Amino acid sequence: MIPAKFDYVAPTSIEDALSALVQHGDDAKIMAGGQSLLPVLRMRLNAPEIVIDLGRIDSLRGVREDGDALVIGALTTHAEMVTNDLVHQHALLLSKAAAEVADSQVRHRGTFGGSCAHADPAGDMGSAALALDAEFVIAGAGGTRSVPASDFFVDLFETAIGEDEILTEIRVPKRTGWGAHYEKFVRVAHQWPIVAVAATVNASEGTISEARVALTNMGSKPLRATATERALAGAAATEDGVRAAADQAAEGTNPPSDLNGDSDYRKHLATVLTRRAVVAAAGA
Amino acid sequence: MTQISLTVDGTQVTDDVEPRMLLVQYLREKLGKTGTVIGCDTSNCGACTVHLDGRSVKSCNVLAVQADGHEVTTIEGLATDGQLHPVQEAFRECHGLQCGFCTPGMIMQSVDLLNENPHPTEQEVRLGLEGNLCRCTGYHNIVKSVLYAAEHAGQDEKAGAR
Repeated sequence: MIPAKFDYVAPTSIEDALSALVQHGDDAKIMAGGQSLLPVLRMRLNAPEIVIDLGRIDSLRGVREDGDALVIGALTTHAEMVTNDLVHQHALLLSKAAAEVADSQVRHRGTFGGSCAHADPAGDMGSAALALDAEFVIAGAGGTRSVPASDFFVDLFETAIGEDEILTEIRVPKRTGWGAHYEKFVRVAHQWPIVAVAATVNASEGTISEARVALTNMGSKPLRATATERALAGAAATEDGVRAAADQAAEGTNPPSDLNGDSDYRKHLATVLTRRAVVAAAGA
Repeated sequence: MTQISLTVDGTQVTDDVEPRMLLVQYLREKLGKTGTVIGCDTSNCGACTVHLDGRSVKSCNVLAVQADGHEVTTIEGLATDGQLHPVQEAFRECHGLQCGFCTPGMIMQSVDLLNENPHPTEQEVRLGLEGNLCRCTGYHNIVKSVLYAAEHAGQDEKAGAR
């Protein structure tokens, strides 16, 4: 399968990428690692007139510290997220979720920013970013603006990134020393999750003081399990200790029904996976 | 057309390609490197796996223009001076193939896996190969082959290294 014809530019600066985007508007598609875009183009679900490849903009790669935050370049690959020491130390959940994305080959090309901008409700990185209250830095003609994860994910394949804007980096408040786990339920290897749960907890001496939990594929965008989070404060970090809190994970959600499972099945799955994720994150 | 210059299996090549040309098409149709095969064509099966700057990628999910200025290694570039790569040897030794269609991708992914983790457990091998499908259901011997390659690499030499 071969994509429809398109023109191609590979700018080397964000400014050049933005002006290409302004020039071509709706006819352009932005490409980061291309691991979601290229299958779409090959199946001709989309046929842009021009592809703007961000892959030559070096400033979009890498991880650095900025006070209480980690700043992750949008083009940082999943493989890098898994092995990067700063991510491990301060945002372990991102590392755990990135390790579960697709397969090794895709993780070598696919990027954190690309995955979030694509906003597939079954994508693994969105819920991890949401659980950590990440901020998305978006560049446009008038400068940059910062959008919290809770506003960034709008709907199915829809984010707060405007038509003439580009996601450049993701700022993540440090959660140094917090345990984390990403529990993903799939039927076959390297498949999209039917449901997945991203959990990170601050626990000491067997008690959870604070927990953050977000759900993948339980709606049209990543969702926080706020009732569970509240109920986990002060809970014992054991199966039984977190059970009642985890049972509230699907509260207020309206997950889709499809060939992989109906809505009620997904709700049940969310509670089970939340329990497993929280217990694993607490290291119990 | 866009001009690209890259290194493929140690040889510098320059060509004019359409931006929509996939790397796997470029390798097969422009360079005649048909050792890299197209399996599912949906970036699922991993049969088209090659190395881009030393890391495994699915070449049906990379544009040829994205490889401009980079280094590609295919299954055809693994053997040196007529000497099979240790992972190729291991697949032959352990009957790691039946029909052979998935083999180029399996071997390229295994080399990457062993580069990263020279002494994997069986579970790590299975996880590391999750992006490669074998429809002869030959996974058992494929896993054995990777473990054999790891075991028979010299003390200081990684099986993945070349």
